[in-house]
Amino acid sequence: MAATAIAEGIQKVRHGSISKNRRRALFWSYVFLVIFAVFFLTPPLYMLITSLKSSAEIAAITNPWFVYHPTLENYAALLDQQVFLVFMRNSIVVSLCVVAITMLISVPAAFALARMKFWGSGVLATGVFLTYLVPESLLFIPLFKIFAFVHQYTGIELINHWWVLIVLYPTLSVPFATWIMIGYFASIPKEIDEAALIDGAGYIQMLTKIFIPVALPGIIAATIFAFTVSWADFLYPLAFTTSTDQLVLPVGIITTLIKGDVYNWGQIMAGSLLCAAPPLIVYAFLMDYYIAGLTAGATKG
Amino acid sequence: MAQVTLRNIVKKYDETLAVRGIDLDITDKEFVVLVGPSGCGKSTTLRMIAGLEEITGGEILIGGDVVNDVPPKDRNIAMVFQNYALYPHMTVFENMSFGLRLKKVPKPEIQQRVENAARILDISELLQRKPRQLSGGQRQRVAMGRAIVRDPKVFLFDEPLSNLDAKLRVQMRTEIKKVHQKVRTTTVYVTHDQVEAMTLADRVVVMNAGRIEQVGAPNDLYHAPATKFVAGFIGSPAMNFIPCRLEAAAGGLRLMVNGEIAFPVPDDRVTRYRQHLNNGRLLFGLRPEHITEVRRHLEPNQHPFEVDLEVTEPMGMETLIYCQINGTEVCGRVSPGAGAAAGARMRLLADLNNMHLIDDDTGQVL
Repeated sequence: MAATAIAEGIQKVRHGSISKNRRRALFWSYVFLVIFAVFFLTPPLYMLITSLKSSAEIAAITNPWFVYHPTLENYAALLDQQVFLVFMRNSIVVSLCVVAITMLISVPAAFALARMKFWGSGVLATGVFLTYLVPESLLFIPLFKIFAFVHQYTGIELINHWWVLIVLYPTLSVPFATWIMIGYFASIPKEIDEAALIDGAGYIQMLTKIFIPVALPGIIAATIFAFTVSWADFLYPLAFTTSTDQLVLPVGIITTLIKGDVYNWGQIMAGSLLCAAPPLIVYAFLMDYYIAGLTAGATKG
Repeated sequence: MAQVTLRNIVKKYDETLAVRGIDLDITDKEFVVLVGPSGCGKSTTLRMIAGLEEITGGEILIGGDVVNDVPPKDRNIAMVFQNYALYPHMTVFENMSFGLRLKKVPKPEIQQRVENAARILDISELLQRKPRQLSGGQRQRVAMGRAIVRDPKVFLFDEPLSNLDAKLRVQMRTEIKKVHQKVRTTTVYVTHDQVEAMTLADRVVVMNAGRIEQVGAPNDLYHAPATKFVAGFIGSPAMNFIPCRLEAAAGGLRLMVNGEIAFPVPDDRVTRYRQHLNNGRLLFGLRPEHITEVRRHLEPNQHPFEVDLEVTEPMGMETLIYCQINGTEVCGRVSPGAGAAAGARMRLLADLNNMHLIDDDTGQVL
């Protein structure tokens, strides 16, 4: 008993110093968090301010951080243009399809790579990750060549169609989503599959009834990632689509609102804000799951 | 009727043999415990019965049918895992009914079977909780409930109590025994804890290095171990093994421990031991409970001897004493009032009615 009393005493002393350390750590983390928040929130704030100004006010020499005559004319003009709505539609359809395709491929793929030990499964899992490491700036020229080749031999025109992005984006999202999902599935104890196996579940039931519900935070994290990639990617749509009605939002805003050397700043900012809204909404709704997903494994289920 | 029969079961991982030929007959409703140190192949054997490991050689029969190539779900078994392996996203009810729901058992029947199992295990109030809201002991009960609900031919337990703290482990041990008395299903239970094995089993199977050392009722293993391994593994503190020689003496044999200590061999063992007169690698095996303080009335074959005590450990109801004999540490159990003190010389009593003679080369108890 004496030993535990001593141990408790030591613990108390330590406990005091931990809370002191903790306070100092909290102080500094707040300092840096505030710096980062200011750093990252300034551009969107500036975008919002600019988008509420008329072209005349943007050009005028006044305080750029203040709106003297707020107006929604930029938004109205933007939404009045048929092309902007077309960009919006293209972006939404592409992103939803890419998310669906990514999940349909990467969830079963990750399950197979994490759980079914077959010949070469380890190499394949690493291969998936390496694929993700290859940057798109390295891939778009070969892909362009492949499309040209396909066109030459089959007559199918792949370039300059918005829907071709549905084929292209999964090359970025599938490897990464698969890689995250392998991690989540691997963190599920092996005994749970064995219990399910004894309970009479086949592989499909094991996946749908056990793995997907248990790894839901991870699946949501992967979904958000796939959505963000397909919504915000710039290089592929810039390279593969050119006609105005085939563009998606990020490229569309740049190419239609910059006419020669005339920058229509008000509309560019308004368009960018509208473009940034859907990911924000998705994040806001799925944030709790996303955080739970990022910290999965930290606590026992 | 669900007897389980293992015929020359072998398991090979790449080049290493984990299980080296096991023959075992488990009768219907019997509670058999596989016990042994880690890496002895006991869990592998259990997993082969469950169908979670492929069988490299031999045959496993459940209820008279060879099940080597039968998938786990069709073997009609239920398994309880060390880490419980509950489905974290399901409630207790859903956990317990998962197997039945997959089998498309009608809902009212599922309800009834789950409630029944919950009553047996006293977890009726927990049915709507999630596993993470349960304590370790409660999770263990749910894991058992999941097994009971399926009404299998055989229960398999893989070290189910290892994750619980000491007090709860003793409690759940009794619980498992009670459940077995109520449910009466053939049970194979794996543990590395010899106390668990002794208390739970109808028959204990002691395994070592992929082989069965001995099969027997708990008391038989304790009193008549077949090998040095079993003698040392069963019982706590472990049996003392002291190097010794046999010498012929007037009308019998003498057991020479060292220059100071020698005991006459009990008469009923003389004929059995005589052939080992010239064996130079003999061990004298005696459990600590058979080394006590000297009593006023000596029974036949109880012989006093004197040693210098090195350490004493008072346990309350008894005091463990340690001394060196022939270069080996020897443990004895004396009553707390016997006046044992470290560093003092003490007169002890060896009860040779319970002695064992072991050939250290073959490891066999003679």
